[in-house]
Amino acid sequence: MPERRIIRLLDGRARIVEDAWTLFEDGAAWSGEASALIPLATALAQRERLPAAAPAGVWLSPTDEPAQAVALFGAIELIAVQFPVFGDGRGYSTAALLRNRHGWRGELRAIGDVLRDQLFFMKRVGFDSFALRADRNIEEAVASLSDFTDSYQGSVDPALPAFRRIDPASRRLS
Amino acid sequence: MYRYTEFDQRMVDERVAQYRDQVARYLRGELTDDEFRPLRLRNGLYLQRHAPMLRLAIPYGLLSARQMRMLAHVARTWDRGYGHFTTRQNIQFNWPRLEDSPDILQALATVEMHAIQTSGNAVRNITTDPLAGVAPDEQVDPRPYCELLRQWSTFHPEFSYLPRKFKIALTGARDVDRAATAMHDIGLYLKRDGAGAVVVDVLAGGGMGRTPVVGTIIRRDLPWQHVLSYCEAILRLYNRYGRRDNLFKARIKILVRALGVEQFTREVDTEFAQLEGGAATATEAELARIAAGFEAPPYRDLPADSQELREQLATHPGFARWHARNVSAHRVPGYAAVTLSLKRSGTAPGDLDADRMDAVADLAERFSFAELRVTHEQNLVLADVAQSELFALWNELRALGLATPNIGLLTDIVCCPGGDFCSLANAKSLPIAQAIQERFDDADYVDDLGDLTLNMSGCINSCGHHHVGNIGILGVDKKGAEFYQITLGGDVGPDPASTRVGSVIGPSFSAEQVPSVIAAILDQYVGLRQPEERFVETLTRVGLAPFKTAAYTIPGVAPAESESLEHA
Repeated sequence: MPERRIIRLLDGRARIVEDAWTLFEDGAAWSGEASALIPLATALAQRERLPAAAPAGVWLSPTDEPAQAVALFGAIELIAVQFPVFGDGRGYSTAALLRNRHGWRGELRAIGDVLRDQLFFMKRVGFDSFALRADRNIEEAVASLSDFTDSYQGSVDPALPAFRRIDPASRRLS
Repeated sequence: MYRYTEFDQRMVDERVAQYRDQVARYLRGELTDDEFRPLRLRNGLYLQRHAPMLRLAIPYGLLSARQMRMLAHVARTWDRGYGHFTTRQNIQFNWPRLEDSPDILQALATVEMHAIQTSGNAVRNITTDPLAGVAPDEQVDPRPYCELLRQWSTFHPEFSYLPRKFKIALTGARDVDRAATAMHDIGLYLKRDGAGAVVVDVLAGGGMGRTPVVGTIIRRDLPWQHVLSYCEAILRLYNRYGRRDNLFKARIKILVRALGVEQFTREVDTEFAQLEGGAATATEAELARIAAGFEAPPYRDLPADSQELREQLATHPGFARWHARNVSAHRVPGYAAVTLSLKRSGTAPGDLDADRMDAVADLAERFSFAELRVTHEQNLVLADVAQSELFALWNELRALGLATPNIGLLTDIVCCPGGDFCSLANAKSLPIAQAIQERFDDADYVDDLGDLTLNMSGCINSCGHHHVGNIGILGVDKKGAEFYQITLGGDVGPDPASTRVGSVIGPSFSAEQVPSVIAAILDQYVGLRQPEERFVETLTRVGLAPFKTAAYTIPGVAPAESESLEHA
């Protein structure tokens, strides 16, 4: 998808940027092009071609095991997690595991049925880029990343629950 | 009770702003129906038969007098002057306008209330024992743990789009489970170990619905500090592997069944091993901060036995009858917990009008430290009443029609709003409840029947918890006509082993037949029972057969349809 714009979090600030990655759907033939976002299975099967295709990226479906991506970390710059429909919440766990358990520090992107009312949760589980569904207003959507000032529970951003971050004294009974 | 900090208040205020914007975008056509549905549902708003229904959260059933007055205000301003208390200790309003719902939530936020996650595929309102903190059989007061879980589950980013709804209940009582804990996706049994430390038995995979399942304890004696991490392990497994292809097979109970309890438990424990001791481990300081909100009220030093009360009981038989059914023992000498019956004949079970809400708030202030609780049987509780004031309270409640002495009896019917309101329902439930209450208007007969639960649901979603009623009634749709299937033997015991799902007795009945069928079943019980034997005990002893015979051989009553006994 050329000429597409995405939302990226850079130093915690949301920006709308041009995106140069090309998404290869399941079954689409990948012949070693660079800046390609390819299915996890394709990347695992053709791992030796990744260095020549830099920058390389993989995307995970809801049923892909994030642990399998770990072997590719050194050869890729982007991991995307696919949301086939916005109500399918498996991708939130995939993201949280990639960040907190497997230590992925690179760009983590939500793709598929990505809508503004889910952006805040996506940010919290570690996504830092968002390919909003193409028919939606990307400028307006950015506002939803800050629907809430803070959170109770830990996840990825922030990792700690409020009770470990905020002095109980400042959370006194009102 | 727990009072909001600025942190908590801001969270709720920001939610109102977010929801107001979502409603505005929907009304402008920027969100489709399908996109708006999960957003409004997680704010408690259903679109149903006559108007939207708005379900508000009453976290673990605890309500201040001030909050009750706000509910009255909502009922008067935006609804038709009444509300319906639910089996999940929440309240529903049946007539608000979608356009008004942001204003309603904004008004509620001023008294620390909200509708967060009262529906949708997320963790729902946490429920617990309505006698928490006062029950003599209590080992651990569950309320601080409920609030800890409420905060943890509120807007949990990883678990906000689960395969299906997710319900958590807690109990800390030893002898009686007043929260039907074993019938929840996660049930937490709080107790004390030999050293007095709080530990938790964790149950998973219970649920009602199309496939009723009593849950299984998968972890015993978990130190309380790990309860959030352990729930996280269960929810992560469920979020990743629970079925999403079939609405009716999406609850966690189906995943537990598919994997088998042993495999499910192993996988939870493997995940928990990764999380154990991590950031979600609860701290003493946080529990203490929350628990400060649940400190005992300033009880007076009262004699355990009130001479005055004894005389009043001796001279007022009506008061004595009410006292026997609606008053529960209290851990503090001289105090009692009082259940206000919302099961007056002629009123839908669980319904309360705005004037009575205000009156009940006044009574809470006068008699019970300005607090109320909602029970999962759809009644209200004043948990801290001095025994010497019971007579005065009874007189006030009688004047309000809230002193029906039927708690735990046949006429204390648990019932969903059914086909009169709910668009999910297959059949009406309220007229059946009313017909049963009219049929059994002989208080002496009902009293003589003793402890007996009757639960009715208008559809298999089981909001009326019919699966665990000693007598369960389920509305079913047969080719566009409404019929009622009867189950017997459901029961909520103190633990999973003694909790049972009822058995279907056979082909379903028409609405007109139901009261006669119930009467025949009860007559059979009266004929068969041994002294002091409860309905379910007789049923266990003699089996279903005599009751089936009674139900299907009533003169002039043939089953409304014939079908195999195995149908569901």
